[in-house]
Amino acid sequence: MKTPVGFNLQPPRPLWGIRPPTRKSASMLRPILVAYAPERVVIPIRQCLGMAAAPIVELGQQVQTGQPIAAAIHAFGGPSGPQVHASISGTVESLGAHAVPGPMASEEICVTIRSDGLDRRFTGYDGLGDPLQMSPEQICTLIAEAGIVGLGGAMFSTASKLAARGKVHTLILNGAECEPYITCDEILLREHAAEVLRGAKIMMRALGATQAVIGVESDMPEARVAVHDAIDADGCDDVHVSVVTAKYPAGGERQLIQLIMGREVPEGALPSDIGFVCHNVGTAAAIADFFRDGRPLISRIVTVTGSGINEPLNIDARIGTLMADLSELADGRRDDASHLIMGGPMMGVSLPNDELPVTKATNCLILMQPREISPPRREMPCIRCGECNQVCPAQLLPQELLRASRQHDIDALREFGLDACIECGCCDYVCPSYIPLTARFAASKLEAAEHDAEMAQAVRARARFEAREARLAGAREARELDLKAQVVEAHVSESIADVMARVNARDDQG
Amino acid sequence: MFFASGIAPHWRTQDTVPSMMRQVIYALVPGIMAHVWFFGIGILINCLIASTAAVLTEVAVLWLRGRPIRPFVSDYSAVVTAILLAFCLPPLTPWWVTVTGTFFAIAIAKHLYGGLGYNVFNPAMAGYAAVIVSFPEALNFWTAPSIGDLDYLAPSGLATLHYAMTGALPDGMSIDAVSRATPLDLVKTELGMMRTLSEIRTSPLFGDLGGRGWEWISNFVILGGFWLLFRGIIRWQVPVAMLGSLAVLSSIGYVVDSATNPGPAFQLFSGGTMLCAFFIATDPVSGATTNAGRIIFGIGVGTLIYLIRTWGSYADGISFSILLMNMAAPMIDRYTRPRVYGRTSGQAQHKDAAQQKEPPDAIE
Repeated sequence: MKTPVGFNLQPPRPLWGIRPPTRKSASMLRPILVAYAPERVVIPIRQCLGMAAAPIVELGQQVQTGQPIAAAIHAFGGPSGPQVHASISGTVESLGAHAVPGPMASEEICVTIRSDGLDRRFTGYDGLGDPLQMSPEQICTLIAEAGIVGLGGAMFSTASKLAARGKVHTLILNGAECEPYITCDEILLREHAAEVLRGAKIMMRALGATQAVIGVESDMPEARVAVHDAIDADGCDDVHVSVVTAKYPAGGERQLIQLIMGREVPEGALPSDIGFVCHNVGTAAAIADFFRDGRPLISRIVTVTGSGINEPLNIDARIGTLMADLSELADGRRDDASHLIMGGPMMGVSLPNDELPVTKATNCLILMQPREISPPRREMPCIRCGECNQVCPAQLLPQELLRASRQHDIDALREFGLDACIECGCCDYVCPSYIPLTARFAASKLEAAEHDAEMAQAVRARARFEAREARLAGAREARELDLKAQVVEAHVSESIADVMARVNARDDQG
Repeated sequence: MFFASGIAPHWRTQDTVPSMMRQVIYALVPGIMAHVWFFGIGILINCLIASTAAVLTEVAVLWLRGRPIRPFVSDYSAVVTAILLAFCLPPLTPWWVTVTGTFFAIAIAKHLYGGLGYNVFNPAMAGYAAVIVSFPEALNFWTAPSIGDLDYLAPSGLATLHYAMTGALPDGMSIDAVSRATPLDLVKTELGMMRTLSEIRTSPLFGDLGGRGWEWISNFVILGGFWLLFRGIIRWQVPVAMLGSLAVLSSIGYVVDSATNPGPAFQLFSGGTMLCAFFIATDPVSGATTNAGRIIFGIGVGTLIYLIRTWGSYADGISFSILLMNMAAPMIDRYTRPRVYGRTSGQAQHKDAAQQKEPPDAIE
């Protein structure tokens, strides 16, 4: 194995972060359950962060599994936007607004497909060839066509991230699943490490990167062994494994870069500016599956767990499966389950009902009983205990941010580093006064963005006004100059006429 | 099926403000028990009077301020203030002195500044400063520990109660017979009379390290402090910095002139030093908040205690040291801010706020 360039194989334990109970073993007792095609799927057409989308199918149209049904419009700085594909074969039953999972009860345009029970495959992506022989541009275009987005939960276009060609020398694959309950990445590494490795190599070629590091946590020994075995079997010496401490949120992109590479992403910069790009291991596996089997992103592994579920499980679910149907696969939910959380207990979104579809961002569904969730308590004043600063992974002072937030002081918020906040929830977790810090900082970020937009608009308005004033003043000056010239001309012409008159008068007299 | 909703994060710590305050009270119990063993039930009477006065004052002020009463009174912070103040008062204290101090601490030093979380000064120390300036005689009336000294008659429990209620000892006891100087007081006055330490230490008031009785109370207070450290209610920076700086300064003094400067053992184990280190200087609201800031705060407190004890006119300078450092705490916080992720240490503010950037990936 080649010597890794400039990173830690075993990063030191960070001082920040918390160690909540992990509750991961229950969902890994069984292997991944590959779900059969459900009777009905509801697929949102917009499944990429920052991009709008339009459907390319019609009502009543027959579609096959893997057929593109929506295309992204207005690409976000990348070659092309990711598409969305049908995850089952059947008829497009409806095309309209449907409730989708999110922090607010929002509705988006979704394509609802009623299954024909046959699961017929779309063959348009078969026989693509060896991606390691393709050009990087070609790889990126195909990845966008396959609809592959970041499967860590952010749904950012993978092709756009891979477009940072030439700047990046190290690809980091994030398998450090730090949030409690979530095990989809870990079980993927245990069972399909070879796919992850293949995906890593394809991504390295797309980026022009010289090495890749797969980050795993120290409490994932089986996954680490599986990855090592896959690397050894493949004989590849550019891919390494780095084991980080099992602390939340060591798996955050910026924190992982700090731990593994020992460098921090500068404020306002992207990781690619300092030579790294971070992708989820599930994304890598999806890329490998696409190039090998011609299978676009139509399913993902979802951890269905919590004490409100009878049999916690990792399910390879079709995109668009309703969450109620998914929990049936895990032997059903218990009657006393009171909360449904998409994501983990620290950053996850609490959903109002389970008639919502699984999207590309759904990495985990937790059904919690009342005893599993912290009861809401009255917010007390901040007692300045400083615990929030001790645990913050960005080394912020949440109590100062709280004060600035309450006073709506945008400058103070920026000064104390609001933009470096990753909304991990560690400060909330340790606050003895039960202050909703994360929610407040999220709101403050929106306020700051609004303020920036207003300022930018004011600056533009002022520039326009000043330009107009300058133009008008210029026109006024030009007019005045014109008038003066006319007067001078009049005087000049008059004096010549006078002289001529006097000359003529003298001539007449003389 | 419909589910209840919540805001992320859905998990929070079990430590709440009331539970932390309760832990502080439990940690004070060993120190109180040692105090009762050596000095009688005076401290228990003081605690009772102070706690009652504190709670009643807090209820009254919260009602006047129009704030919700039950959540703020049930967070036990007034009781903690009361007990710390009672610890600083002599065992024989008339009830009006205790009540005045508690009233000043809760109503003026805490609620006039905004209540829990907003007070600039440590309320217990502000209350103590108020009574020591207003009732200097009453606060000089200390007793000696019951140590079998033939010359000394420690006041009984009933006598203590009688004094607390009426301000006078029962018939047959004279104040002069009962009152004794504290070891710190003795050292200060005797040094002023040009006696050397070796002579002063022959007094039966002195034990092995500090004052007799007082050193044992300090030991039990240390036990309570270690319990708080173990539970994570307080952090090590303030106690270590304060005790360390006090030890270093007194060691230097001892080395320079051991006849007139008591050494670190005496300074650390006399008076309220240990109580200050673990319970008073660690008050989160009025102290510094960052780790570096807390070290500076602790060093400041230790230095000021040494200065006041050696050259000031008060025997024990804990309350004034704390109050002076409380004033400095905001400035200490301002200059000990940790470096934000992604900034170099010189950079104060992010300039490119409007730059379009990639949103951070969700945590795996």
